[in-house]
Amino acid sequence: MNRSRERILARVRAALADVPRDEEPAPVAVPPGRAATDGLVDLFADRLEHYRARPVRVGAADLPEAVAAALRRRGAGRVVVPADLPEEWTSRCEAELVADDGLDPAALDAVDGVVTGCAVAVAATGTIVLDGGAAQGRRALTLVPDYHLCVVDAARIVADVPDAVARLSPVRPLTWISGPSATSDIELNRVEGVHGPRTLEVLIVSSPGTGA
Amino acid sequence: MSRTFLGMPPFPKAAEAAVADAQLRHNLHRATRTIRRTRGRAVAEVDDWEALRAAGAAIKDRTLRHLDRYLEQLEEAVTAAGGHVHWAVDAAEANAVVTELVRATGHREVVKVKSMATQEIGLNEALAEAGITAYETDLAELIVQLAEDRPSHILVPAIHRNRAEIREIFLRAMADWGRPAPADLTDDPRALAEAARRHLRERFLTAKVAVSGANFAVAETGTLVVLESEGNGRMCLTLPETLISVVGIEKLVPTWRDLEVFLRLLPRSSTGERMNPYTSMWTGVAPGDGPREFHLVLLDNGRTDVLADAVGRQTLRCIRCSACLNVCPVYERAGGHAYGSVYPGPIGAILTPQLRGTASEADAALPYASSLCGACFEVCPVAIDIPEVLVHLRERVVEQGGRPGERALLAAASWTLGDERRLAWAQRAAGAVRSLVPRRLPLGPAAAWTDTRDLPEIPAEPFRDWWARREKEDGR
Ligand code: SF4
Repeated sequence: MNRSRERILARVRAALADVPRDEEPAPVAVPPGRAATDGLVDLFADRLEHYRARPVRVGAADLPEAVAAALRRRGAGRVVVPADLPEEWTSRCEAELVADDGLDPAALDAVDGVVTGCAVAVAATGTIVLDGGAAQGRRALTLVPDYHLCVVDAARIVADVPDAVARLSPVRPLTWISGPSATSDIELNRVEGVHGPRTLEVLIVSSPGTGA
Repeated sequence: MSRTFLGMPPFPKAAEAAVADAQLRHNLHRATRTIRRTRGRAVAEVDDWEALRAAGAAIKDRTLRHLDRYLEQLEEAVTAAGGHVHWAVDAAEANAVVTELVRATGHREVVKVKSMATQEIGLNEALAEAGITAYETDLAELIVQLAEDRPSHILVPAIHRNRAEIREIFLRAMADWGRPAPADLTDDPRALAEAARRHLRERFLTAKVAVSGANFAVAETGTLVVLESEGNGRMCLTLPETLISVVGIEKLVPTWRDLEVFLRLLPRSSTGERMNPYTSMWTGVAPGDGPREFHLVLLDNGRTDVLADAVGRQTLRCIRCSACLNVCPVYERAGGHAYGSVYPGPIGAILTPQLRGTASEADAALPYASSLCGACFEVCPVAIDIPEVLVHLRERVVEQGGRPGERALLAAASWTLGDERRLAWAQRAAGAVRSLVPRRLPLGPAAAWTDTRDLPEIPAEPFRDWWARREKEDGR
């Protein structure tokens, strides 16, 4: 195995004989993304609509009722939540809450949905990024259940992809989610919902002071 | 490369057969036109697309020019994050490494997320020989696998199949591989997708070993990145205990921040979306979240040969977006299978002959599978000058002494551009065979063609005009 390593590296070096040995990697000018402007929440909501990810905007005080209402609409009787999901978020829920303590995939498959927060959201692309941090849980939680209700604090919305990359740490496993799972493999007809959650709903919570 | 393609007829013959298939041509035409339109909109939305494209090309060039140090850096970072790194000189070694890793787990089944590198090395067949079953989980790959077929497009590999055929395939073959399709299955795409979901669900939930590729590998942090739509990628990358990723050595990017460029370029250029539904990023293993064991297999398999050619090197910038396929008049007529490898279209026409060499007639004919219209260069998000590389490879074929191109282009003329254009095209290609084409393709008069503006539709005319004038001036 090690011999192959040496062989490949030697082949690479031989192939690059035209590159001066003391050449340093050239810096690359990267155009910035969309500028952060006032309308980020609107833009984010608009992009989510486009993916049919059903954004709903709520004030912080109304979040518990909004979570309960979303689950009621969905008819979700049993939902899994990350162990550290703020209790207040689900304080009005009638649904049975299953706190994740390492449920196996079959158990996750048996619940009706999942409620999480997120790490960062990207306005320009309508993307939610989960990094396994606070209120998000491990990756399988938002993958196996068929319904994902994601709570996005407006303060976490950034303008464009570069802002998100700058805020995230690659040390954590990251999942970028832009709308529900989809395929266009059959005659290019877009079908929503293949293996991931077939329904994604987003509650955008305006936080006091952000003016959102 | 993939043994599924061995014995393929050379491009012109295969293309002739494809052109005769009206259903295939209709499917392809509709598909490429649709994707072109969507892509055009997604790209137009980005103000500084050209600057982004230049940045993408520059980052990849930078990676390639210092690939040895980035490979070492990647190995160190992945290892530090709890992963294991393996190196494979060629397909046989990569297959042996993966087979051994799967064997060591004690399991005999693996789930797979679509990966061109594993198709290139014929991994599924190698695993089958070792008694290990690989299940493709991407909807299109599932269709291809169930039909014992070959993929025909990078992005939509089953584009040559219509819904009625897919229904037939599901009804006939799903039962052989696991959960059968429901007897009352209709050809509604929704119903077909639902059947695939059910068919694969159980398999995902119980899978112990997964095999993937990667779109990017970050040298600085050891992070691997997979972009996908269906969620089958997330299933494979998250639920199993062991994850094995086979990644070509050209997939590296130097730094974490470089991803901000490619995450903007790839989805828009590929599916024409602002962002694809799911992107997974992982660095080694994460305790309590996802696989407990992670293996990265770094694959050469001819890539260092491409790297050694100063003109051909740019081919390794490719991020497999498939935009060049969708604008290519030759691809649209000939279909993906005619290229005789897992890499179809313009990128296949330059990558395959460099990876495999041009010793066989089939591979020597590939650089001629183009009318040099330049549309592929215009759309390429990393600005690969595909026509330049094509001409360069034609010269190489001619220098080798063999003239399979001559034969190839005679046959090719009848299918590529139709009778009325046959003569002009054949002359042009013959010119290339005789090395009369300038090394560097049009400058000056064709400035509109060579600059890096992106056009959503085939912008063939400026080049054709230039060419016609040039040929007149040459007195031919
Ligand atoms: S050559 Fe360019 S356009 Fe073609 S698949 Fe590669 S990156 Fe995309």
